[in-house]
Amino acid sequence: MSFLGYRRPNGAVGVRNHIGIISTTVCATDLALWISQRVQGTAPFLHSQGCCQTKPDLEIVTRTLISLGCNPNLAGVLVVGLGCESIVADEVVAGIAKSGKPVEKILAQKLGGITGALAEGVRIAQDMVLNASKIIKEECPDSELVIGVKCGASDTTSGLVSNPAAGATFDLLLDKGGTCVFGETTEFMGAEHILARRAATPEIAQRIIKSVATIEQRVNAMGCDMRGGQPAGGNIRGGLSTIEEKSLGAIVKSGTKTIDGFYEYGERVEGKGLFIVDSPGREPEILTALAAAGVQVILFSTGLGAPQGFPFVPIIKLTGNPNTYQSLSDYIDFFVDMGNSTIAQAGQELYQEVLSVASGKQTKAEIINYGCFPNILTVGPII
Amino acid sequence: MIELKQKAVVLNSKDNVATALGDLKAGDILELEVGGEARTVKLTTDVPFGHKFSLFKIEPNSSVIKYGEVIGMSTAVINTGDYVHIHNVVSARGRGDLKGGKR
Repeated sequence: MSFLGYRRPNGAVGVRNHIGIISTTVCATDLALWISQRVQGTAPFLHSQGCCQTKPDLEIVTRTLISLGCNPNLAGVLVVGLGCESIVADEVVAGIAKSGKPVEKILAQKLGGITGALAEGVRIAQDMVLNASKIIKEECPDSELVIGVKCGASDTTSGLVSNPAAGATFDLLLDKGGTCVFGETTEFMGAEHILARRAATPEIAQRIIKSVATIEQRVNAMGCDMRGGQPAGGNIRGGLSTIEEKSLGAIVKSGTKTIDGFYEYGERVEGKGLFIVDSPGREPEILTALAAAGVQVILFSTGLGAPQGFPFVPIIKLTGNPNTYQSLSDYIDFFVDMGNSTIAQAGQELYQEVLSVASGKQTKAEIINYGCFPNILTVGPII
Repeated sequence: MIELKQKAVVLNSKDNVATALGDLKAGDILELEVGGEARTVKLTTDVPFGHKFSLFKIEPNSSVIKYGEVIGMSTAVINTGDYVHIHNVVSARGRGDLKGGKR
């Protein structure tokens, strides 16, 4: 099977053809947003980090911005900075340029302020969109698909129905030689031993166990029970009693195959197979991590109904909860109907949906443009 | 395969709880299969869609098992057919409120 994609200079394939408007720092966020609002065909990446952070966090921001810029769904990138921030715009530009795609930068303090920078940014973005619009889609084998998965606003149907369906889709794509990525390390807690058994090497198994131990220590350092935050109030109302129960239902979305690698937050995955990217479960941070990993499409399994999209990665929202599907039809794309099909059949249908969306079918979040405010993980204080 | 036409589901033969696939009422009698054996459970309370009830008597401070894995520890006697949720199960993980962080 195949899909229609945009071949990039480095050989990677995108399923969308946006120009990314990526802000380096919170101070340039409005500017990046305004440029993207003025130029059709652009997608902003806005966030509240990039300055007054400790070194480990600045390293996370830099590598995440570079990885996002390299995502093949972007035909080109305009990096938008203020000028005095901790993040070095030239470093971000140089990192993205290695992918071979066009990348430029503007700094507001060097262009006479916001108004001058807005005019220059719009001019550059317009040129980039014009050039990107000349790229003709080509047929690509499904082995070139890179998909991610996330579950959010979970209830019991997530673990029983929609997560298994997403897992079946992962298994199908991996059998065809494609690439799948998942994360949400916090939601491995209580189930990490099962994932560790699926690791290709002892080193990967150790990193899975260690990543959970690290987040558990950070949670415990707060001196409280994490119930209410994980599982969240809605999860509990949906029937999930503990983080262990939530995790055991959550990991099912990764399918059953061998885990071939483990990456840090903001890293791009290399090669084909099934990979973990270390990340928390909250949407703004995990969706960014998946986009940075290089996924073209994200499967988002939900029980109670999470609305998020992502600026330049289509997100297919699926649910096994019939009430949610009926009442939230403006942002749920796919119903896993266990009354009429098996998990294996649902996985096949979802796989076809991935191919359709990859070839250009719009997701509901894309159409209503919901999901413009993602974020980047921080591990230290704002200083 | 899970059929939502069923009233409740037991996911693993080791489980001591089942999950309701509809809004169940106190007094409802459920015919379930646990590890290949038929088991009849009468509910002692209402159990909402997606929530859990006990298949066996569970002593206090014992493992509550779903998916064949421990999902938490009981905090009271849980009788067969009782509603199982945050009022009688606690997590063993991420417990910064306890010394050592684990229960």
